[in-house]
Amino acid sequence: MTKRKPYERKMGATWWLKNAFHTKYIIREGSSLVIAIYSMVLLFGLFRLSQGTDAFNGWLGAMSQPAWLAFHLLTLVWTLYHSITWFSLAPKAANLWLGQKRVPDSWIVNSMYGALAGISVVGLVLVLI
Amino acid sequence: MAEVMKIEILRYRPETDKEPVWQTFDVPFTREMSLLEALAYIKDELDPTLSYRWSCRMAICGSCGMMVNGIPKLGCKTFLRDYPKGMKVEALANFPIERDLVVDMSDFIEKLESVKPYIINDNPKSLDDGCHTQSPKDMAQYKQFSMCINCGLCYAACPQYGLDKSFTGPAALAILHRYNQDNRDAGKAERMKIVNAEEGAWGCTFVGYCSQVCPKDVDPAAAIQLGKVDSAKDYVIAMFKPGE
Ligand code: SF4
Ligand code: FES
Repeated sequence: MTKRKPYERKMGATWWLKNAFHTKYIIREGSSLVIAIYSMVLLFGLFRLSQGTDAFNGWLGAMSQPAWLAFHLLTLVWTLYHSITWFSLAPKAANLWLGQKRVPDSWIVNSMYGALAGISVVGLVLVLI
Repeated sequence: MAEVMKIEILRYRPETDKEPVWQTFDVPFTREMSLLEALAYIKDELDPTLSYRWSCRMAICGSCGMMVNGIPKLGCKTFLRDYPKGMKVEALANFPIERDLVVDMSDFIEKLESVKPYIINDNPKSLDDGCHTQSPKDMAQYKQFSMCINCGLCYAACPQYGLDKSFTGPAALAILHRYNQDNRDAGKAERMKIVNAEEGAWGCTFVGYCSQVCPKDVDPAAAIQLGKVDSAKDYVIAMFKPGE
């Protein structure tokens, strides 16, 4: 008869709190929660816009409430955190070569920041003109 | 003069223990002493029943993986001097404990075998055609991923594997990518089925901890992301080639 009795350890719901790397990962992925809510709110704003000026102004007014401003600030910070961590990981998903030399990781990371800055400026210009 | 360090070890003796229990040992140590040597001291001088695995003592056989203060490490590449606050040593996470620090790795080994980790080529070049040439660029496509020593630390680091054992996992996918990238190999089409599967590359959510803990800088997370790129290309190509 076998004497084997392998013991399985359970992970438990708090597994991600036991290791700093895993905690940071969950914080990174957690941003998707606020981004989902943010997208819904924005879509609702578009919907109000389709209903006319008054409806849209009502939505704008609600968005100026301190609670909503705080939510938007939180979303911005959390999304930026996600972006920074994502940019630093991006070179892993790219295998780019120039002739016989591999494109340095820093080029890929910097071009992502460049693209972020570029798109942000275009967005700002569109909003402000 | 040797200092003394407290090492806590999670013991599990299947014939007597219902569940694992912590046991503390006082180990005299010097600057150059590795955790593996400390375990040998415990086994020789304090408690001969302690079980653990090792062979090479030089980070090449991949036998001595264990959790040190919750982080997957090779016992032979971990030094007591780096743990002034003491050590809590436990069997490698995400694997069933067989006894003390020994885990049952058979699931990992099966996964390794499943990715066909060898060069597949039904029409090998004949000797008359001369040798295979590989440029530094050709070699760089796979060399890093070929450094894996099958220690399993990356599986212990991976919450996706911990939560769902059907996930093919970091090392097996890295080794799969290693053979797919080798220009002497012609088995990519067979292996892409494994990459494309739900349990394949797409089971990975890019936690990235596997690459952090890997003692050989294999970077399995990179291999898996590149596997996703391959898989996406495969999908698009298949759309234009129906019936294949
Ligand atoms: S990829 Fe690294 S951590 Fe994973 S089994 Fe291979 S050597 Fe060990
Ligand atoms: S004993 Fe071989 S890797 Fe540690």
